[in-house]
Amino acid sequence: MSLLHTPPNRPAGKSIQLMSTCLCDAFYADVAQATVEVLEFLGCDIELPDGQTCCGQPAFNSGDWANSRKVVRHTAKVFAGDKPIVVPSGSCAAMIFHGAPLEFEKEADLPVIRALADRTWELLDFIVHGLGVTEWPGKFDAKITVHRSCHLRGTKSPEAMATLLDSIEGLQVEPIDETEQCCGFGGTFAVTFPNISNSMGTLKIEKLIACKPDIVAAADMGCMMHFGGMMEKQGLPQKRMHVAQILRDSLKNAGKI
Amino acid sequence: MKTKQQIDRTARDLDPEVHDSNFMGAKLKSERRYNTLFRDYDDPNKLREIAGNVKQHTLEHLDTYLEQAEESFKRNGAQVHYAIDDAAVNAQVLRIMNETGSQTMVKSKSMLTEEVHMLDYLEKNGKTVVETDLGEFILQIDGDHPSHIVTPIVHKNRRGIAKSFEREGLGDYNDDPETITRRARKHLRQKYIDAEVGLTGGNFVSAESGRIVLVTNEGNARFCMAANKIHIAVIGIEKLVPTDRDLGLFINLIGRSGTGQQVTVYNQFISGPKKDSQPHGPEQMHVIFVDNRRTEVLASDCREILRCIRCGACLNVCPIYRQSGGHAYRSVYPGPVGAVLSPLLAGNRFPELADLPKASSLCGACNEVCPVNIPIPDLLLRLRDKAKREGAKEAMKGTPNLGMWATLCSQPTMWKTALSMGHTMNYIPTEMIPHPSAKSWQGARKLPKFEGGEFRKWFKKRAK
Ligand code: SF4
Repeated sequence: MSLLHTPPNRPAGKSIQLMSTCLCDAFYADVAQATVEVLEFLGCDIELPDGQTCCGQPAFNSGDWANSRKVVRHTAKVFAGDKPIVVPSGSCAAMIFHGAPLEFEKEADLPVIRALADRTWELLDFIVHGLGVTEWPGKFDAKITVHRSCHLRGTKSPEAMATLLDSIEGLQVEPIDETEQCCGFGGTFAVTFPNISNSMGTLKIEKLIACKPDIVAAADMGCMMHFGGMMEKQGLPQKRMHVAQILRDSLKNAGKI
Repeated sequence: MKTKQQIDRTARDLDPEVHDSNFMGAKLKSERRYNTLFRDYDDPNKLREIAGNVKQHTLEHLDTYLEQAEESFKRNGAQVHYAIDDAAVNAQVLRIMNETGSQTMVKSKSMLTEEVHMLDYLEKNGKTVVETDLGEFILQIDGDHPSHIVTPIVHKNRRGIAKSFEREGLGDYNDDPETITRRARKHLRQKYIDAEVGLTGGNFVSAESGRIVLVTNEGNARFCMAANKIHIAVIGIEKLVPTDRDLGLFINLIGRSGTGQQVTVYNQFISGPKKDSQPHGPEQMHVIFVDNRRTEVLASDCREILRCIRCGACLNVCPIYRQSGGHAYRSVYPGPVGAVLSPLLAGNRFPELADLPKASSLCGACNEVCPVNIPIPDLLLRLRDKAKREGAKEAMKGTPNLGMWATLCSQPTMWKTALSMGHTMNYIPTEMIPHPSAKSWQGARKLPKFEGGEFRKWFKKRAK
């Protein structure tokens, strides 16, 4: 196995299940809402499985695989069926399509988990490579920078993100230095290695705001909670938006929804 | 900020000057790597994959390739020895020195000799050993240890080095790098002539031909075989590749990945002692294949780490290494490769180094640059799981208990109640939803506003 990779031949189709993620459930309601509005604009029929909780990533990353598997098994039950599962967060999506099969390698129910993995999509990847959208008919007057979340590494999501954002009328996406560097979140890492995490966050923020953008964007609320929280603490003025929110607002601006 | 993890503490307390030189050195090498690789190849990632496959294949048939390599070396006139561990390789080297009446050794850079503490051992047994790689020479006179596998003294500055040279009687204080280098050169030239034994490692070994490849930028490995009669090569068993044809791929990758050089300045191909037709060169060549727990690693679920060609690219790109420096890892191999390899090589001392795999945000940059495509983050995760199962204390420090959280996440009714009542904070671990008592979180970040259940309410309402 090499870098994070997305499973081949995932089901696409417009009838989908949405994994809204625990962070959106608890903190970022509007991000989940924007995801729904964007997908519905594209004609998707969205099911929001009621029993969903968390993808299991915190325990997985902490090395507590027994507890993580408990949560993943629950997730597999809740997301039964064969529809594509769409997740507005790179790391939660990667948890399902890469992390879960890894921690189930020696488990009898690996096939069940593999099946779950094989129909999971990160939102932007799904829009572009699942639904075949190559242009976004929105309008959004702003200069932005984008943090490439680490869990998008090796997947087609960054390319999908660029395709969508670059086609929005009025939107100016400024490149940043050292895109490959992590923001320092890393789940448990941010609290167990607070000093290193903080230094990493500081560096990332420097790069993100160097060109004085109006907005800093990302496609993962984990990263945003961490470096966004730091930016707020430092009193920085830049607004932070999930890419789904930009897509949604750009549609509103263009009068499409 | 308060911290329970040693690596985080080292990073926090690091001398700013040392931090800057680690950081800038790493950043520069990462940039050079990127520029050289992407300028020269359309798709370097393909190369990384192929190289990874070649090494993986070799590891999976290591017994066969070792036998083949042994035959090849013997055919070439070299003597082959096997050493199971540190004690065995050290004793073997000492025996060769004693049997050949040798007192002094010049050696080129070898991480394996660091791993088995060969220098200390030989000196304790009355031998004189001189490191000839400039960086390693400086470490030797300072009684210091490498902090990086390719640029061992990246944590030092030239003023410190100038002082060390002055102290060692290598001239008056002068911190001009060229002067320092000239003085070292003059000093070391005589050592090459005086020594009876030259010891090297080996970057790659072709099983087909019994050819060892040594890559250096100083030419010192070559000098280590120039004037003396005995050449000893200590080689980890994972250094094999099947054929000479494979060498091109690896020589192309190691320089570009490590330092951003298209090719290292000196590339030595050594396949045996001097032949009768050759006027100079060592009369004896001893190849010692060293295991030192490598077969244990091969049997584990982290075997891919044995593909490593020690290029250092993963250190250079690693945001944690950039902050902490190499010494923070308390072992011979620092950075991402070390976070996997060091705890494994520690054997039953695994618990002492079980915190190393935790020192990663799992960002995957290491995997992305690794010339042999090692899935380092996956291996770090497997070791975290191992540490948890084995109850290794070092690893657990500062990590919240996730039992309660897992129960909550498996019971949707409880989950939703917790969400709607805003009690989530009391049950959800600090790393995903920060607990109010997590000072380390709040010290540097603001908490997001709690909106538990809002989205679900909205979704239901609009569906009606
Ligand atoms: S793990 Fe890969 S990147 Fe790191 S030193 Fe080894 S070969 Fe180089």
